[in-house]
Amino acid sequence: MLRKEVESMLTVSEWVRFLLGAAFLLIGLIAFVLEVFGVFKFHYVLNRMHAAAVGDTLGLGSSLVGLMILNGFQFSTLKMGLVILFLWCASPVSSHLISRMETATNPDLEKECEVTEL
Amino acid sequence: MIDLDKEKAARPSLKERFHTWMEGEQDMYLGELEMKPPKNAPGQTDETVQETAQKAAENASREKLRQQIPEGILNTVESTDRLVPTGRRLLKVAFDKAYPVLATVMCIAIVALLLVTVSWMPPFGSADNPASNEVAQRYIEQGLEETGAVNIVSGMILDYRAFDTLGESNVLFIATIVVMILMRIDSKEEKEKLSAEEAAYTHKKTLEPEHDTILRTVAFLLVPMLLIFGIYIILCGHLGPGGGFSGGAVIGASLILYANAYGFQRMEKLFTAKTYKVVSFCALGFYALAKSYSFFTGANELESIISTGTPGRILSAGLILPLNICVGLVVACTMYSFYVLFRKGGY
Repeated sequence: MLRKEVESMLTVSEWVRFLLGAAFLLIGLIAFVLEVFGVFKFHYVLNRMHAAAVGDTLGLGSSLVGLMILNGFQFSTLKMGLVILFLWCASPVSSHLISRMETATNPDLEKECEVTEL
Repeated sequence: MIDLDKEKAARPSLKERFHTWMEGEQDMYLGELEMKPPKNAPGQTDETVQETAQKAAENASREKLRQQIPEGILNTVESTDRLVPTGRRLLKVAFDKAYPVLATVMCIAIVALLLVTVSWMPPFGSADNPASNEVAQRYIEQGLEETGAVNIVSGMILDYRAFDTLGESNVLFIATIVVMILMRIDSKEEKEKLSAEEAAYTHKKTLEPEHDTILRTVAFLLVPMLLIFGIYIILCGHLGPGGGFSGGAVIGASLILYANAYGFQRMEKLFTAKTYKVVSFCALGFYALAKSYSFFTGANELESIISTGTPGRILSAGLILPLNICVGLVVACTMYSFYVLFRKGGY
């Protein structure tokens, strides 16, 4: 009974929107799971930084895109877009600073990873 | 099975482990600690050695200890055996024995007290709890009419319960003062010493994030946006989610980002110890005065010159907007002060 009502309420375009939003949310969720797994699995700081950056950019970005699609065009959708923009600016910079600190302070960097002289 | 048994035999018994844990020789995270002095401490000489030599060694070691180690650092009984008078030594042994016992008893007593108190609390979510009285209903039903704030939370914390929020702002202020007492480097000698140390590390200047082009560029783009966003959150506190605390935190974070990217020298043009004093004093003073007036008129049923205005407008809700600004200023100053004081001990 309830299912029939729901089906009758959703038109084709709404179905498409719902599925798209759900797909993006799912991608974001998978990225978050990978982030958490990576941060706790790896031991070296650069590996962990990479895992955390994946979650912060891809995970948060696609989750918010999914929410934007589900939300429709409203004022709050614009705010979500600004959040994505902000995070895409801020999160890679924090990763960059962490890696920069690591390369500047770790004398045994060659043991941990490949170093290319510029 | 055999392996398990072997492992069991190799591991110390529960009592032994408890003992080592109690003595502080082991740490759960750091592993074994070298808390105990070596067995052959300089104070303990063999009995067979001649008495004169012993005394001379004692004197020498005493002098050495006095010169090198300030009092109170060597607190183990074994190594200071002969330096401490017998009465005090016995007292210390008794104290060392009694301290863990008393501490355990104290902890258990507090835990028991708290558990008993929790058991007396009313059941969670019950309808006749003291918390679910007519106050909450009145806030929801008449909050908009009485305070003029569309955001009921703002109406609550800055109108009905403004006194509580004043206390919170003062807590932040006091916290900053305490950090200042503990961390601030005041004397000129220490400042010069610090700057000399910094000058000695010029070859490591690249470690400082302020010379990073990427960070500078991003900060150049983001800091103005963050500042505007923080101001927006503060100004719209009575119209939607937000308010002084969250907006002030955003502004403080943007100040910290700017200081990180462009260095403290540039930041000193905007924010010094004097700025902090003036801003905090003005904000807290205005808050106290304005709310005193509104409480006074409210309690005595006098006509107040502050009207609630039209709900939904930016200039409405009476005192809530100015009080939000005050709280935001205090929070922003507190955040930046904490960062600066912990980072370099002064503005």
